[in-house]
Amino acid sequence: MIYREAGVYKTTYRADHAIFTIPQDRWSMIGIFAIAFLLIPAVGSEYWLGAIMLPFLILALAALGLNILTGYCGQLSLGTGGFMATGAFSAYKLATSFPDMHIVLVIFGAGLIAAAVGILFGIPSLRIKGFYLAVATLASQFFLIWMFDKFGWFTNYSASGVISAPPMTIFGDVFITGPEASLVAKYMFTLSVVVLLALVAKNLVRSNIGREWRAVRDMDIAAEIIGIPMLRTKLKAFAVSSFFCGVAGALWAFLYTGSVEPLAFDVNRSFQVLFMIIIGGLGSIMGAFLGAAFIILLPILLNNLPTMLGLNIRTDMISHMEYMIFGALIVFFLIVEPHGLARLWSLLKEKLRLWPFPH
Amino acid sequence: MRIERDIIYIILAFIVLMVVVPWTAGQLSDQIFFNWPFFFEVAIGGLLSGVMYSLIALGFVLIFKASGVFNFSQGAIVLFAALTLVGLHGLGLPMWLAIVATMGVMFLLAVSIERLVLSKLVNQEPIILFMATIGIAYFLDGFGQTLWGSEVKVLSLGISEAPGFYFDGQILINDFDLFAAGIAAVMVVGLSIFFQYTRIGRALRAVADDHQAALSVGIPLKHIWIIVWTVAGLVGLVAGMMWGSKMGVQFALSLIALKALPVLILGGFTSVPGAIIGGLIIGAGEKLAEVFLAPMIGGGIEEWFAYMLALLFLVFRPQGLFGEKIIERV
Amino acid sequence: MSNQDTPLLQINNIEVIYDHVILVLKGVSLNVPKGSIIALLGANGAGKSTTLKSISGLLGAERGVVTKGNILYKDQQVESQSPADLVDHGVIQVMEGRHCFEHLTIEENLLTGAYTLSGGRKAVAKNLEMVYQYFPRLAERRKSQAGYTSGGEQQMCAVGRALMSNPEMILLDEPSMGLAPQLVEDIFEIIKQLNEQEGVTFLLAEQNTNIALRYSDFGYIMENGRIVMEGLASELAENEDVKEFYLGISKEGKKNFRNVKNYRRRKRWLT
Repeated sequence: MIYREAGVYKTTYRADHAIFTIPQDRWSMIGIFAIAFLLIPAVGSEYWLGAIMLPFLILALAALGLNILTGYCGQLSLGTGGFMATGAFSAYKLATSFPDMHIVLVIFGAGLIAAAVGILFGIPSLRIKGFYLAVATLASQFFLIWMFDKFGWFTNYSASGVISAPPMTIFGDVFITGPEASLVAKYMFTLSVVVLLALVAKNLVRSNIGREWRAVRDMDIAAEIIGIPMLRTKLKAFAVSSFFCGVAGALWAFLYTGSVEPLAFDVNRSFQVLFMIIIGGLGSIMGAFLGAAFIILLPILLNNLPTMLGLNIRTDMISHMEYMIFGALIVFFLIVEPHGLARLWSLLKEKLRLWPFPH
Repeated sequence: MRIERDIIYIILAFIVLMVVVPWTAGQLSDQIFFNWPFFFEVAIGGLLSGVMYSLIALGFVLIFKASGVFNFSQGAIVLFAALTLVGLHGLGLPMWLAIVATMGVMFLLAVSIERLVLSKLVNQEPIILFMATIGIAYFLDGFGQTLWGSEVKVLSLGISEAPGFYFDGQILINDFDLFAAGIAAVMVVGLSIFFQYTRIGRALRAVADDHQAALSVGIPLKHIWIIVWTVAGLVGLVAGMMWGSKMGVQFALSLIALKALPVLILGGFTSVPGAIIGGLIIGAGEKLAEVFLAPMIGGGIEEWFAYMLALLFLVFRPQGLFGEKIIERV
Repeated sequence: MSNQDTPLLQINNIEVIYDHVILVLKGVSLNVPKGSIIALLGANGAGKSTTLKSISGLLGAERGVVTKGNILYKDQQVESQSPADLVDHGVIQVMEGRHCFEHLTIEENLLTGAYTLSGGRKAVAKNLEMVYQYFPRLAERRKSQAGYTSGGEQQMCAVGRALMSNPEMILLDEPSMGLAPQLVEDIFEIIKQLNEQEGVTFLLAEQNTNIALRYSDFGYIMENGRIVMEGLASELAENEDVKEFYLGISKEGKKNFRNVKNYRRRKRWLT
């Protein structure tokens, strides 16, 4: 750090309860918001906004959701894709059944439906633990995708099984979905939703509920003994997590791709999000964003690397090599810091605090 | 007492499969073709295909039992072993030599995984090791295909796929499936004995319980991990040979692992016999459901049916049918 | 101490850092002569366990590393050796909190301890016999799963498991943790016996200063990653400061630790 924490005096409980207790942290956060809300939409190219920032924000939101469930409550889940699909298809059904419904309501309504589905699939978690639960959550993943694929009702009987977002507006006349929507509008809308939900998540995890979650994660029996209701706590985590994933799925279908089929949310999506929280750091809000950035940018980088280096490699070869490098990098990061980028960041701060006189 | 209860569970499961399914099918006979010999043929076909799942699940069990790592890369190992075998055979090596050479490759693979990955992650949380194995899976998938190409390759073990014999004049079973079942049986017996009664087997189980304590009593984790991953590689090779000759050696082999997971949780992560029993239940259940249940609810249910079946069992027995009881003390 | 020439184990001024940033040991030196029982005393977080782990080579598993100083066992540097090698050379650690293999039976637990033992079945059987002699309770529970045995039995199992490797030196971390006073007494009695009859050297980290000083020959007291005091066990037990800070007795009888003056005096003593 360029600054030190020493010398920050708090005189009120309010100040002590703030998310960022150190003024410098607060300022840098405001700086980041300013960049995200003002600078990026102003200077970002089509490609950056549409192909990098949008998926980054949406997947970061999904990662946030999974991090609540896995990182904070300790329930390993491989069903993220299923819950995202639930969000996407619920949003579609809501938007087509009630054409007058406001987009914000559609998105959050889809989140609520996903939360309900999440609760349903969370019930077995009371008995099933650890990796058994992880594999069991795959059941929800496969079942949900199959369901959306199989029953025409979910896609309004479209022949291809693909759903397309109807054009919808905000503030009366600004299109944010459909072909007429501008990328900047999409970006701003997504960013607002993500920032809002990230703040919700940050406050949730440092509230009573968050402490219950962490107690369950660290030792569930001990938590139960001190009176934390196991089923309710776990289901709350499933509900909140699925809500986040559902919203992310709805945003993905409506704002990012515009039209989507169930396969977009297959098990690979679940793994992708899981990678994000592991690389980013389990049990860290910032980690979800760091991880998402890493996982989004890495394949893009790998894809462009051969051309950047002027190498001429066959395309199927490139895709195999990508797999290899991706796998190797995952392992490498886990070895460097098993607790993710967020932990690496705090270690860096620790080191700088001692700098220039290390132990 | 525990064993008795398990047996009751299994019998119950089979009653469900053998009575409820045909009964519903009988009720709906206008929609579905049904008669008893056909039913048994499907059931036996299912049991045998279940054995094939077991072959893969065994690899998972092995590594979990021996190091507490949920090794997601087992599917990739199967693919890699099969690719290497076919590739070496294609280079002109006779089959037996190719098999021996592949075994050597699997050993080298185990050594490098231990050196480069596991030794750096001693005493980390299970989820971290789990993620590392996913990384390994990605790497192996890419590596194998970079090395040997991604087109579908034919692997022939010289066992006929032709119907071997007819049972009761109606039900047919082919030689290949029987051969697979035989191999699986031999492996289960062998591995069970290895784990229960040998010095190394005991050390393996100790490592699974507590890495650090195992280190403290002087069990060299390094060797243990190399041994386990080599054995898992060999089991993967066997699975790769069987599956490869059935459906060709291709990337899809790697995904078969996803089908073996329900088998794994149903039988229990830590049980070698569980992998077989689980495979049988999943195999029979899945095939029967596919033939007699799927027409009613829209087909394609094999994607999730096995998982739902396993989930159902887990609700009653959270550690799988034969898994070690989870000991919890505060 | 000084009358013995080369100690079995010598720790010279080691520093240990966890995770690159947390400095836990700040220059610890101690000697363990052959055939003795040495006590390492101190409060929670003083660095006792870390000291033991840095000897047995278990630090690596916790991302800790010895950055300065060295550890000599029989005049050989051991700080970079693997735990398995050390067990082979005769140094074995019994970890704090027992760490039995829960899913293995008591007997299987003991047998894992014989992993490094050479000499085949006979040697193993002989050691097993010896362990059962010292801990008859284990013989009764030999077929039960370790996870379902009581805390005392698990502690006995952990010590017995270490004995199976024919150690010359056992690093014993908090044998009294979570045990009834009577059982603690029993365990220490057995340690004494092992020391006298089998010639096993013990380095034991303990919170229970009272009993540890009673059974050991020499003691070191640690605070905040440093050794603040050392001396013959009998002298330490008589020392006024030790009495006051660790045994809770002083000339005026029991002391109240909330007493500010008392706290100041302790602070001065530590710096």
